[in-house]
Amino acid sequence: MSLQNLHNPDTTSSTTGPNATGNGPWLSARGLFCERDERVLFSELNFDFLPGDIVRIAGPNGAGKSSLMRILLGLSAGFEGELFWHGKPMVQQVYDFRSQLLYLGHQVGVKGNLTPEENLAWFSPAATQDDIYGALKKVGLSGYEDLLTHGLSAGQQRRVALARLFLEDKPVWILDEPFTAIDKEGVSELEQVVINHAQAGGLVILTTHHDLRVPVKTLMLGGQESEMPLC
Amino acid sequence: MLMALLKRDLLLAFRSRGDLLNPLMFFMMVASLFPLAVSPDPQFLGTIAAGVIWVGALLATLLSLDLMFKSDYEDGSLEQMLLMPQPAMLMVLVKVLVHWLVAGLPLAFIAPLLGLMLGLPNGGFMPLVLSLLLATPILSLLGAIGAGLTVGLRKGGMLMPLLILPLYIPVLIFASSSVQAGVQGSDYLGHMAFLGAYLALTLVVAPVAAAAALRISLAR
Repeated sequence: MSLQNLHNPDTTSSTTGPNATGNGPWLSARGLFCERDERVLFSELNFDFLPGDIVRIAGPNGAGKSSLMRILLGLSAGFEGELFWHGKPMVQQVYDFRSQLLYLGHQVGVKGNLTPEENLAWFSPAATQDDIYGALKKVGLSGYEDLLTHGLSAGQQRRVALARLFLEDKPVWILDEPFTAIDKEGVSELEQVVINHAQAGGLVILTTHHDLRVPVKTLMLGGQESEMPLC
Repeated sequence: MLMALLKRDLLLAFRSRGDLLNPLMFFMMVASLFPLAVSPDPQFLGTIAAGVIWVGALLATLLSLDLMFKSDYEDGSLEQMLLMPQPAMLMVLVKVLVHWLVAGLPLAFIAPLLGLMLGLPNGGFMPLVLSLLLATPILSLLGAIGAGLTVGLRKGGMLMPLLILPLYIPVLIFASSSVQAGVQGSDYLGHMAFLGAYLALTLVVAPVAAAAALRISLAR
């Protein structure tokens, strides 16, 4: 198990939370521990993610990257340790955290029986038709607005979900393998979008097997065994 | 967000109306096969009509429960819904409302027709429709708990009826006996009051329970 802790390699401070001042870390963890099928995925994991960070969660297959993301999202309760949002315990801040969160997972939640426009209208009810068309244009889906999504290619379907990055004004992005099925050009455009978001003061947490040409902080999860845990 | 979800789900239901017609077809087939299989004697059919229609409606609802969360689970929308800042129980309520509108309400509309076909005596129609209107939302609400618990299971097909049927039993008993009471010309308001109370109870409890069930299903 090799861990590279960010910002705060001091594991002795695991009982105290991060400071709660205005420009402190947004998302922090103290003493995270996760076990799957009697295999420890990570333990004593501490980190502070600051606004402007691009954090890449890295590690071999089965190292617990997606598990860690689901823990951060609050979708998984199978962990020990504490999470903090703006310095306060996450359990009290769930509403605030979720209203500032944009998450794209392995399955992006795009409905084949809806058009790209209808899909986005659900994700962002506040957006006008012009906003949606603009966002779809930015991901290269001009002219596809009114076609049912299941007729589009896998890459195009993912692009429908990626259009949310332009549409929703959420400071925290958690992206699980966002580059899957996206062509080369699309990947470099997406990288630029990620950089812009971080420079504008947002926080991006992502996993990818692509080599990013973006300056990132890497959170390395190690798994020495080649066995694949079921999570 | 919730209005957008309601709009989206109704649109999706409309786009896949074939799937939604299946339970309704099942309901009609059950009712129309009984005279052939048992006896075409109107006197006899009239006495079993209430039971046949109610059992058919209950099984048809069970058939359609699978649709409530399955596709959203498979394509990741359910995750997105649980990550909305709004409480998950409101999302469940919207889902239940859509399920009731597309799977429960049509049963109440078509039931008088089947009653006519089975020779249901005149006094039975009013309590039949009333009990269906009152009780199909209960079936959808309770079903949401079962659907939520089994959505992540690959072979949850048989598990859901086992979980849900015991909770459906009181509905079946009071609803069909309300129709019997109507047929005999006695007062069926007591039965309706029970169904109303059960509806109020499930309306409060089921969305919370179903939301918790969904969280468990997604936590893997």
